[in-house]
Amino acid sequence: MNKINVFKPDNKNLRIFLTLGSLFFILSIVDFSLNNFLDKNITFFLPRYINFFTPLIFGIIGLHFIRIEFSGIKKLDIINKNINTNNFNASLSLFIIFLLIFCIPPLLNWFIFDANISGNTKEACTGSGACWVYIKVWFNRFMYGMYPNAEQWRVNLAFTIVLSFAGIGFFMPTKYKKYLTLYYTIFLPIISFLLIYYLISGGSFGLIWVETGAWGGLSLTFIVSFFCLIFCFPIGMMLALGRRSALPTIKYSSLGFIEFWRGVPLITVLFMSAVMFPMFLPDGTYMDKLIRVIIAITLFEAAYVAEVIRGGLQALPRGQYDAAKSLGMGYWRLHLLVILPQALKLVIPGIANTFLALVKDTPLIFVVGLLELAGMLGLAKTNPEWLGFSMEGYVFAAIIFWIICYTMSRYSQNLELKYKTDR
Amino acid sequence: MSEKIIQMQNVNKWFDDFHVLKDINLDVKSKQKIVVCGPSGSGKSTLIRCINRLEEHQKGNIIVDGTELSENTKNIEKIRAEVGMVFQQFNLFPHLSILDNCTLAPIWVKKMSKKDAEDQAMRQLEKVQITDQAKKFPGQLSGGQQQRSAIARALCMEPKIMLFDEPTSALDPEMIKEVLDAMVNLAKAGMTMIVVTHEMGFAKEVADEVIFMDEGMIVEKASTKEFFANPKNDRTKLFLSQIL
Amino acid sequence: MKRNKILPQAITLLFIVLIFGFFTMNAQINMENRGIEFGFGFLKQEASFDIQFSLIDYDGSHSYARAYLVGLLNTLLVAFIGIILSTLLGIVVGVARLSPNYLIKKTAAFYVEFFRNIPLLLQIFFWYFAALRALPMPEDANLLLGSSFMTIKGLYTPAPVWENFDIFFTTLILALILIFFVNRYAKKKQEEEGKQLPKFLISLSIFIGLPLLTFLAGGFDLSFSFPELKQLAKTSYTYEGGMGIPPELIALTLALTLYTATFIAENVRAGIQGIGKGQKEAAASIGLTPGQVLKLVIMPQALRIIIPPTTNQYLNLTKNSSLAAAIAYPDLVLVFAGTAMMQTGRAIEIVAITMATYLSISLAISLLMNWYNKSIAIKEK
Repeated sequence: MNKINVFKPDNKNLRIFLTLGSLFFILSIVDFSLNNFLDKNITFFLPRYINFFTPLIFGIIGLHFIRIEFSGIKKLDIINKNINTNNFNASLSLFIIFLLIFCIPPLLNWFIFDANISGNTKEACTGSGACWVYIKVWFNRFMYGMYPNAEQWRVNLAFTIVLSFAGIGFFMPTKYKKYLTLYYTIFLPIISFLLIYYLISGGSFGLIWVETGAWGGLSLTFIVSFFCLIFCFPIGMMLALGRRSALPTIKYSSLGFIEFWRGVPLITVLFMSAVMFPMFLPDGTYMDKLIRVIIAITLFEAAYVAEVIRGGLQALPRGQYDAAKSLGMGYWRLHLLVILPQALKLVIPGIANTFLALVKDTPLIFVVGLLELAGMLGLAKTNPEWLGFSMEGYVFAAIIFWIICYTMSRYSQNLELKYKTDR
Repeated sequence: MSEKIIQMQNVNKWFDDFHVLKDINLDVKSKQKIVVCGPSGSGKSTLIRCINRLEEHQKGNIIVDGTELSENTKNIEKIRAEVGMVFQQFNLFPHLSILDNCTLAPIWVKKMSKKDAEDQAMRQLEKVQITDQAKKFPGQLSGGQQQRSAIARALCMEPKIMLFDEPTSALDPEMIKEVLDAMVNLAKAGMTMIVVTHEMGFAKEVADEVIFMDEGMIVEKASTKEFFANPKNDRTKLFLSQIL
Repeated sequence: MKRNKILPQAITLLFIVLIFGFFTMNAQINMENRGIEFGFGFLKQEASFDIQFSLIDYDGSHSYARAYLVGLLNTLLVAFIGIILSTLLGIVVGVARLSPNYLIKKTAAFYVEFFRNIPLLLQIFFWYFAALRALPMPEDANLLLGSSFMTIKGLYTPAPVWENFDIFFTTLILALILIFFVNRYAKKKQEEEGKQLPKFLISLSIFIGLPLLTFLAGGFDLSFSFPELKQLAKTSYTYEGGMGIPPELIALTLALTLYTATFIAENVRAGIQGIGKGQKEAAASIGLTPGQVLKLVIMPQALRIIIPPTTNQYLNLTKNSSLAAAIAYPDLVLVFAGTAMMQTGRAIEIVAITMATYLSISLAISLLMNWYNKSIAIKEK
């Protein structure tokens, strides 16, 4: 029998240390779980304060025993290197394990096991967990606001068209690549405007008119973020070019415009649009609520997009400018045909980030009375038939937003990596 | 030549599964100059990085200036203060001037006064002929100047041993000479040096012993004359034919 | 050539003037039609509305200007607390994301990805409407840390009651001045003789010791007023005494902190990762201890990368605090651009003042940042 040094677990007595270690570790988990879930205490004979910490103590002892360097067992080495390098790390790891044990079962309960999914009325909410029936019933409202159910296909169609047009730019044959800028800054905004005006809003060609106050839910979130982004592209581009201009008037007015919109919170901008726009327009002109909001957000975002595009313009090697100039291209040809198409490719991750921020900012339009997803939640929450389900609503909205934002941010991160290695 | 200042006995090292150093046995006497060469991936850099414990060995013994290097070694910083290292990528501190780069460790580790540290720094900078750049920042210097400054910085701690990890590999050709000259001067002044390099001209001029490593093992170890005139191992011959 | 340069500028200028002119003209006509005058005199008028939470004395009889001040202070309060807390949290999480410990690294990553991708407004709603609403009523509240109560109406905690606050304040200032000189002396001593005094310990003991001395010497009188349960009506209880921190403030600060800390954590991580491995090795190879490596080599370089985007986040946090309007925390926007504007109808003046305030804060921070960046910029060829 080799000499066993309790304080220095080593390779020679592998079996013994491993068994001891695992024993203590399992003991600590069991102790904690019993404490937590069943209120039972296996170490009740110890004084109060030690009692509280026994899971931690057992765990540290257990992890200490299995901390064997170069044990030769691959899995053990991986575990040791990752969570068990010293006592401090071991205790941190234990904390996290305990935290997980503490949080996950109740969460699972609430989300799945005690939740109700079937049914259509409030009476179906019998469990103590989440009542997903609430979400099911209100789903259409959350997605489309008060837009009439029968007409919702129009919104879907509009989005499909816009997305396909926007996506075409990526697949354009190289022959047409130089027209890319014009496409995105002029063609696409016009199409989008027409889509909103004729398809979603309606009123002509046999489609019923749906007033903008009825638009809402997640589709409104997308309408606002997407269309604002498309509209603010041309403006942002002009601002970015203006900012880099050598002519002082243009440079400083662009600078002033950009810094102004970047310096104020979006909510004040929305207040302004609600209250001040009517003041600044000739008496009698009525501007639709949504249009005011879209204009306000477009101008606001244009400043941020301008900065992103400016970054792209700066990142282009000077050689591109030099080459184009030496071929005799004037300012506009140079920029539209050579510089901007290349810069736009560079700035896509930045634009994706701006779009993301925009999506996260759209809930603010509630201040002007428009109800997108978060706003619809608030409405549904106060409905007398369905009181008390605010938690389910918020969780649902959080999940939806999270999926959208996470996917977008992952996508833009991948793009950034790809472009970094491309160059 | 006096007592052994570095002893490596049966040193083995693994990076996870990869056996990077296999049964290394090496003794270095004080004031000795040793050049280590070999193909990339042979473990040369790892070998010298074990000497100042930037890498840790798993088996075997390494004894530096009488102290054994192991996980129980207290104050590894004291050992590192005696062993100077020059890196392939220079690694000067960009936020400090050259002078401050050199006085940083003497002030904070040896607790010298600022004036003494600066005086000493200027002396070392003089040895590598770069005193006029003392107040400049690394970003303002050429590669060769940066590497010479890095040598001066290591020398400011008055080490007993100097380790060089491919000091000229990242330099443009016209700057290699100035760095090698500085290293030759250092060798002539009597410093114990272990240099990992491909510069065989330098080896021929200054080294006492040349070591050829391949796949983690010391394949051949001989005095400089012997090494270049009569390489015994086939792999050594192949390597020499490729670089000479 | 000159014509080429003047013409576009002249056109732009004309364009801008025309637009502004158009708007101003319309505004004037509209205001005339509605009988509203333009002017800032209304600021002196009596506000006649109450504000739930205020750091300074205020009631309905004070002027609008004072109401503005209350709103501004409330905004700055949230911003200040939020900035400090989110920085601390951000640093911890940022470092945790680089930990070799797998569990810690993944937990930190989870936190960042989770809170970053949910809109801030939603988080505020969640904390205010869902989480804090689950707290107990005042009469059922549990004792927290011996004398605080966490209830649905707010966090009630003991409030310090200073008798001779000015004396304490003076000693505090004196202590800070003394610390400054001690540090200067210690630095000089190190430069001249190389000996290092334990600067941190000395500073800490002065900071704690000096005020403590005055306290013991009976210089001032400190007592606490404790919150006590008081019955207002048959089913309505509240706490008297102590200080009550309204749930709006708690929810807002909590949401702002958790949200902004994710961005700061990412900045910290980028900063530390941005320092090449070689720097650490070089520093270690000349004999510096790990603590010295961090202090003298890593942190100075990392901070240069971390600070600019982090100040941007501070700016965002300040702007985001305007979301307080959603949960009725009386910040600048709600008080001034909300209530005051509704009462006086002076839309243009009020919105202008509000925007100007935020602009000034942004510009001030930007200028500070630019100056800071220039002064610490690593010199290159």
